[in-house]
Amino acid sequence: MNVSLFIPCLVDQFFPSVGINLVKILRKAGVSVDYPRAQTCCGQPAFNSGYHEEAIQLARRFLEVFGEAETIVSPSGSCTSMVKVFYPEILQDPDLRRQLREVTGRTYEFSDFLVNVMGIKDLGATFPHRVTYHDACHLFRELGVHRAPRELIRHVRAIELVEMENSDACCGFGGTFSVKFPEISTAMAQDKSAAILKTEAEYVVANDSSCLMQIGGYLSRQGLPIKPLHLADLLGENL
Amino acid sequence: MNRTPSQFKILASENVADRRLRRTFQSATSHALGQRAQSVQLVPEWEDLRERAHRIKEEAVENLDFYLEKLEASVIRRGGRVFWARDASEASSYVVDLCRRLQASTVVKSKSMAAEEIGLTDALEAAGVEPVETDLGEFIIQVAGETPSHIIAPALHMTRQQIGSLFHEKFGIPYTDVPAELCAFARQRLRREFLSARLGISGVNFAAADTGTIAIVENEGNARLCTSLPRVHLAIMGLEKVIPRFSDLPLFLRLLARSSTGQRQTSYVSMISGPRREGEWDGPEEFHLVLLDNGRSDILADPRVRRSLYCIRCGACLNTCPIYQRVGGHSYGSVYSGPIGSVLTPLFQGLEVAKDLPFASSLCGSCSNICPVKIDLHHQLLWLREKLVSGRATPWQERLAMSLFAAGMKDPALYRMGSALLRLLLRVSGRTDRPFTVPGWSPTRDFPALAATSFKQWWEDNRQPGEGP
Ligand code: SF4
Repeated sequence: MNVSLFIPCLVDQFFPSVGINLVKILRKAGVSVDYPRAQTCCGQPAFNSGYHEEAIQLARRFLEVFGEAETIVSPSGSCTSMVKVFYPEILQDPDLRRQLREVTGRTYEFSDFLVNVMGIKDLGATFPHRVTYHDACHLFRELGVHRAPRELIRHVRAIELVEMENSDACCGFGGTFSVKFPEISTAMAQDKSAAILKTEAEYVVANDSSCLMQIGGYLSRQGLPIKPLHLADLLGENL
Repeated sequence: MNRTPSQFKILASENVADRRLRRTFQSATSHALGQRAQSVQLVPEWEDLRERAHRIKEEAVENLDFYLEKLEASVIRRGGRVFWARDASEASSYVVDLCRRLQASTVVKSKSMAAEEIGLTDALEAAGVEPVETDLGEFIIQVAGETPSHIIAPALHMTRQQIGSLFHEKFGIPYTDVPAELCAFARQRLRREFLSARLGISGVNFAAADTGTIAIVENEGNARLCTSLPRVHLAIMGLEKVIPRFSDLPLFLRLLARSSTGQRQTSYVSMISGPRREGEWDGPEEFHLVLLDNGRSDILADPRVRRSLYCIRCGACLNTCPIYQRVGGHSYGSVYSGPIGSVLTPLFQGLEVAKDLPFASSLCGSCSNICPVKIDLHHQLLWLREKLVSGRATPWQERLAMSLFAAGMKDPALYRMGSALLRLLLRVSGRTDRPFTVPGWSPTRDFPALAATSFKQWWEDNRQPGEGP
């Protein structure tokens, strides 16, 4: 099977290790990987801010870039849901919609892909640490993925997974929401951090770099020692 | 206490900093959510019920004119009167005129969001009629001169100690914060009013078009008294409260009670079909039903936000909303708060006045997830954002930034160039490892540094032979 990587712009620019580790993981899973280099951004920042015109242009581009791909895999629940859930809301052109239906059927968030498509739960990673898992909103509620990442974590050797209270409560990121309403966004990060602290975990794991940026940014400003960790980094670094 | 939706940013930042208020809201909402979760768990077919309710609401809203006329005919057939109110002032004038005709100096009123929406109590007071709120929560905030902070629990923002002090100050009774004692006091005080009022005003939870029956759910019995003791009963409802059939009612009653308070059923469910008929020995002599438009037709006209009319005002989306939990109901500057408030207020009062509300959401989707009639609330917010943008209501700097963003992202060469240029600039200015300072973000959170090598660059350097392109 060939997988085309769909790497969010945030990962590309700020957290490239997530993409690199995803490549490692997919190769380990026995699939060949390619990276359509013409890709940029799925358009979510524009869409979420109400700029549908701009978002539609980027949705069209996505279809151009990934139209021929056999399978599309992304290390982000948020960008995956942009394609699978929100593109259908803004693309009106019947031809594009038909094309979109085909493409979205082959687009997956990576934990969902590994567990539910490939049937792989154990990649052979070892990580002797206590971790807790944050359910990113889009992955959890738009895509309904919450078992797969936990399966992958549980199969890591020597790891201890401790659930936090309200793991599906929003971290407060929400794109531009985080800078438009900094007090509310920070209050949400504060409560999320309190829930994480209670678990006494060393790492907080999630499948979206944006949530981790928010949670990690707050934790480090508070001088708290818990480290944010993308699931792809957890699995890929420790193979 | 005249708050407006345009003050959301200010009010919200004040309220989120108020630790006592935040604790009050967070503990009240998490209690309500717990109760709800427990009672929903007992209904394995819950998701089917939601789906069915969504379909029925869809049927009602898509054929609103038909069902409203049917409702009108049914009510008239049963001896009731129907008044179509285009807006708040038409509705209020109708009620005031009725009071004049009845020479009513006081009216007893049970809880009604529609009445709150049109400021009915203010209109009555201005006309010299004393409106007596008989729902305990409404009574408390009326005494306090406040507005509701939650559509189900209007006095949610107050602790029982605050209520104890309020009653002590306003009524001169000995201080107590025992809920049962406070309640007993209010009950006794209100009993007199029930017996003397000539007009009782209620809201409507559901109105069945085929039988002309209105259903009112409550837990205190005050709505039952408001609708049965006074000589005349007037009920006011938003146009969207109509349901096609009386037989749809049980479904909605189940969903509403469990979603709002976690009860299997509320203590009282009153079903009223017209005034007292010949041979009956109690009930009001006249029954009036006010059908309130007040902007609903405009919502109906826009298919993208039409689903907001499915709302049954259960309050669950408020309870589950991480924003509402932290800023409380008053921040929204309108009687409707939380996610449904952020959708309805801009639609009712105008996007200009409430332009922050559609953005006051992290789009976490827990509102849509909990809504018993499956309104896609966060998608509705996204449509409102789009309306604001296409109405050119966003700042020019943002518009410019967005077109630049789209231009850069549309062109992979430009994207790559920008990414390289940024890194070059950082290197030249010796700031490679330093995190960015982002306004709004950086005061409370660290922002990551740009990676030395982007993933794109890494791929170019490391892709294995045969891996394309
Ligand atoms: S929008 Fe849905 S959840 Fe919110 S109050 Fe209305 S019915 Fe309840």
